[in-house]
Amino acid sequence: MLVAENITFAYAAGAPVLQGVSFTLTRGDILYLLGRNGCGKTTLMQCLSGALKPASGSVTFDGKDLFAYTPQERAQRIGLIPQLHSPVFAYTVHELVLMGRAPHMGLFGTPSKADHAVAESALDSVGLAHYRNRPYTQLSGGERQLVLIARGLAQQCRVLLMDEPDAHLDLHNQQKVMAIVQKLTREGLSFIITSHIPNNALFYARQVLLMKAGRVLTTGDPAQTLTEPLLSEAYEMDTEVLYDTRGTVRVARAVLPKRWQA
Amino acid sequence: MRLLTMRRVWAASAPARAGDLLYAALLLLPFALIIAALMVGLYTISVENVLRALLAPFFPDLANGLTTTELTLVQRIRLPRVLSAALIGATLASTGSAFQGIFKNPLVDSNLLGVTSGAGFGAALALLLGGTTLVVQGFAFGFGLLAVLLAYAGSRIYSTAPMIVLTLMGILIGSFFGSLTSLMKYVADPLNTLPAITFWLLGGLTGVTWQSVPTLALLTVCGSLFLWSVRWRLNILSLGDTEATTLGMNPNRLKLAIIVCATLMTAAAVAVGGVVGWVGLVIPHAGRILVGPDHKRLIPVSLALGASFLLVIDTLSRTLLSTEVPLGILTGLVGVPLLIVLLRRNQTGW
Repeated sequence: MLVAENITFAYAAGAPVLQGVSFTLTRGDILYLLGRNGCGKTTLMQCLSGALKPASGSVTFDGKDLFAYTPQERAQRIGLIPQLHSPVFAYTVHELVLMGRAPHMGLFGTPSKADHAVAESALDSVGLAHYRNRPYTQLSGGERQLVLIARGLAQQCRVLLMDEPDAHLDLHNQQKVMAIVQKLTREGLSFIITSHIPNNALFYARQVLLMKAGRVLTTGDPAQTLTEPLLSEAYEMDTEVLYDTRGTVRVARAVLPKRWQA
Repeated sequence: MRLLTMRRVWAASAPARAGDLLYAALLLLPFALIIAALMVGLYTISVENVLRALLAPFFPDLANGLTTTELTLVQRIRLPRVLSAALIGATLASTGSAFQGIFKNPLVDSNLLGVTSGAGFGAALALLLGGTTLVVQGFAFGFGLLAVLLAYAGSRIYSTAPMIVLTLMGILIGSFFGSLTSLMKYVADPLNTLPAITFWLLGGLTGVTWQSVPTLALLTVCGSLFLWSVRWRLNILSLGDTEATTLGMNPNRLKLAIIVCATLMTAAAVAVGGVVGWVGLVIPHAGRILVGPDHKRLIPVSLALGASFLLVIDTLSRTLLSTEVPLGILTGLVGVPLLIVLLRRNQTGW
């Protein structure tokens, strides 16, 4: 469905931020982007959302180049769920979710009854229907993240890009958000998620893209990619993967850093 | 900025029906105030006679029984002034709302890019040269546009982050014209030209005639229609460029269109009414307290509330004392207590 081939991008000539990045995202996939700060995760997300145009290589959606779609058509297919933010104006939860309908109407359009219904059902599927009239700015981090997911759902796109959904959430809310993400993949939605918590990739990823300095270090399912040598190389430090043996199968249970002596 | 975020407690706790009623009442308010303002003055006219004088051009029979004084007062003296006050208030408040939305900043108004400062200099220059009212208005309008155009041209030097550079340029150009205005005041004749410039810079509608109404009305109506038509897009713009882009919009193009529209409207308003501060900054806040931040309602309410507010202020300005009190003085004196009352009654937390 969403295919990236050999993407290269540079903000300044001679200093490429992305080099030869390729992957394929299928329906219902959860792809985790892992890597150190500055390895190019955010830039890659922007290339996928259409905010930045790769210098070379291609991104295609259903076989058609991403930039051959109009911005509006693109937004009907790929949505971005930003990191937690606090808008200046206190829109209600319903108003904020409703903004996800923007790609489906003209410049001078306003939401119709049908748009309101889509927003309501999106809010319902993240379990926050009772919050519809609450000001978004008064919600806790976990609730805000869920509202932003609901806005992505209201956008009715097929791929949602999530920028560090676990960054500001407690353990409970991280799992709650991810449980909803998993539920949505069963309905056919695909996710690309950036994260600094390899354990979440271990738990939830179908596919991992481990990046280092703008290049793909390795890609594949979590069992192949989240190994001690690869993680140690990606994060440039010693890491340890704990395994559990269930019957004859050895399952990775946790990724831990090796403690440093400063 | 987070501290300044307004909560929408009123609309969240009251039933939707009460919200709709308040919205409708706010939209009707300026029309009631126009009639009231036409009645009040040195010579008081009854509601009936005001309505008859207003409708007389269409139904000549209604003029029977009205004195010539009443007809002249309503039709030729008060009406142009009252309409100007309503149009200027509506313009300043709605463009203020739009600017606060697109710049994601509740502390700005449509003067952010220097239009008022440019207009102030234009008017001062025209007064110094001894121009007539129309010349002063023309100069104010022209220099208002020139200031924003200079700010825009300046911001083109950089290709990245045009909005931030544009804001910076606007502030620079604004203060540049501010200095030029001070120079005009410094060299002006302290006996007649200087008071005229000072009075203009404080805002006022003394001596407004029908001559200045058509341009003002045309720009206000067309501009408001444009702002109203993009009312829902303003919500998305107020979330920032990244989100607007991922929601399929071209934020910079729409912002530019809104800036052009708001600048034309503001220049026309300032050209007629002089520098009337405060309205564009604070009326949008009052609007958000009453109907919430959704521009779908905020834009119409800003128009209505701005018009109502300036109608009240202008009526006070011509009736309070035997001489006219400049608008710029009264807007703050009356507006600040009013906003404090609104804030208290709605328990709005910052």
